[in-house]
Amino acid sequence: MSSTAPEARAAWPVIAAAIAIVAFPLFGGRFAIDLATSIIVSAIFALSLALLVGETGLVSFGHAAFLGIGAYATALLAPKAGAPSLVWLAPAVVSVTAACALVIGALAIRTRGVYFIMVTLAFSQMAYYVFHDTGIGGGSDGIYINARPTLPFVASLGDGRTFYYVAVACLFATFLLLTAIKRARFGHALAGIRVNEARMRAAGFPTYAYKLAAFTLAGALAGVAGLLWAVKDGFVNPELLAWHQSGAVLLMLIIGGLGSLRGAVVGALAFILMKEAFQSEALFGAFARHWQLPLGLAIIALVATMPRGLMGLRESWRARRRTRPGVVA
Amino acid sequence: MPIPMDIATFLVQCLNAVQYGLLLFLVASGLTLIFGIMGVINLAHGSFYMIGAYMAWGLAPLVAAHLAGGFATVLAIGIVLSVLLGYVLEWAFVSFLYRRDHLQQVLMTYGLILVFEELRSLVAGNDVHGVAAPASLAGSIALGDLMSYPVYRLLISAVCVVVALAMWLVLARTRLGMSIRAGASNREMSEALGIDIRFLYRVVFATGVALAAFAGMIAAPVSSVYPGMGNAVLILSFVVVVIGGIGSVRGALLAALLVGFVDTFGKVLVPQASGVAVYVLMAAILLWRPEGLFRRV
Repeated sequence: MSSTAPEARAAWPVIAAAIAIVAFPLFGGRFAIDLATSIIVSAIFALSLALLVGETGLVSFGHAAFLGIGAYATALLAPKAGAPSLVWLAPAVVSVTAACALVIGALAIRTRGVYFIMVTLAFSQMAYYVFHDTGIGGGSDGIYINARPTLPFVASLGDGRTFYYVAVACLFATFLLLTAIKRARFGHALAGIRVNEARMRAAGFPTYAYKLAAFTLAGALAGVAGLLWAVKDGFVNPELLAWHQSGAVLLMLIIGGLGSLRGAVVGALAFILMKEAFQSEALFGAFARHWQLPLGLAIIALVATMPRGLMGLRESWRARRRTRPGVVA
Repeated sequence: MPIPMDIATFLVQCLNAVQYGLLLFLVASGLTLIFGIMGVINLAHGSFYMIGAYMAWGLAPLVAAHLAGGFATVLAIGIVLSVLLGYVLEWAFVSFLYRRDHLQQVLMTYGLILVFEELRSLVAGNDVHGVAAPASLAGSIALGDLMSYPVYRLLISAVCVVVALAMWLVLARTRLGMSIRAGASNREMSEALGIDIRFLYRVVFATGVALAAFAGMIAAPVSSVYPGMGNAVLILSFVVVVIGGIGSVRGALLAALLVGFVDTFGKVLVPQASGVAVYVLMAAILLWRPEGLFRRV
């Protein structure tokens, strides 16, 4: 068994997960498919932030802004009558979100460290109030999407199962894109910036431009998650941009473990399931109304005991079993 | 096209802005001190404001029944309780965050917010409650012919100014303030010189909690007491801290007044976009000075 190549050993859990994801709707009921779709969309959202936090070392506490902007763009760009086609709607939504991320990023990246955390938080609040206070998107009541978008060669997106597969395809595409970026020169430069920005600048890298590019890309990918979210619910309201969302997605990254893309997906899965469990009246009875209490306590326990998340837990368990150089997840 | 405003209205709005800004300063100064000195981002700071307000609401009937005391007694008991709360929280949750990175501090204190909000909902319910201002301060002062201004609001401003002055005196002129400043600039060296840093941090954190809770208590009669009241204050305090420069108490004072004015006049002049005005101010200041108006303590 020691003859197995490290890459093959690291790849098989991914293949198993992929099979499980694809086969899931064949067995799951309507509720399970809805829940799984939420997890997939959250995973895309978490992956988009992983590019910033895990790869570049930019801790954004306002990433929900781009989820919300993507969702609102979907609702507002869709024509009043008739179903829009995703062929033009998706690129339009992504461009709008990327443009917003470019402007906000250009300002926010001038700051660093704690300032960056607070400034991104403040900008996301600003976006929240734009949608909450003005009539652009129906104010605090939100806005309905009249017709589900269509996709060529695919049955109606109104069918939960079909939409699930569309979301899965988006998740795979996002994962592959980010993996490719991680391996490319651009990704190495981002990692360099995370470790030592001054040195990267001294080596001739325009670090501001790199960080801005990462911020814009992360925003655009969050816009994809926002689009899926809007189509899934058929409804968008300002709560999508609320700072609790930004906190929740950071939490997904921490639960999964920073530094690996798989961590973001695992974290999204763990977080949504945990939240669902605490909200379940079957498990907690009347106390399910107060689901934030166990969630908060779980967060505190998690940060206190597992600073490197689930992936870190797995790695340290592996390292304890045998110290083999070269086996890196 | 600005709405025409007569002098009396303008004056009333100015007083409102100052009062609001000074209250924000009480909350933000704790936040900026905790960050500037201990290096901890404390998202749960808004919860302390909320806890203060709920203490003012919950303690008032108890104090009236058992101690025959008024609002001043409530304030005194509330301050003692919040100092205790801060002391215990620092010991239980915050003390091991010093060596962790900012992200973990953000998440840990985010967890604390959820816990405090739910505990509030369990203990006090989800209704909005009013808190009566002390009877002796319930009057108003006449401004011009038609306008008048409540005495209690004026007193809030005065009390905030006194607290700000006291804070400056302690930080700049006492031995305790000197050790705090020393601990902020070099923890290891101060420890080597025999300063008990752990105790000092605990004092700073407890003070920050007490400041926020105090702000919540004196604001309760004006703003009433409602779920989620801490969150709005938290985010605005962040804006204040960012504008003022993290760790700078002077900067926090100036920034809090600025935010108070922009928010108050934003609500009067452009009510549709009042929520956005403060953030536009922040963006403008960050364009000009990415590290805030003042940098350090």
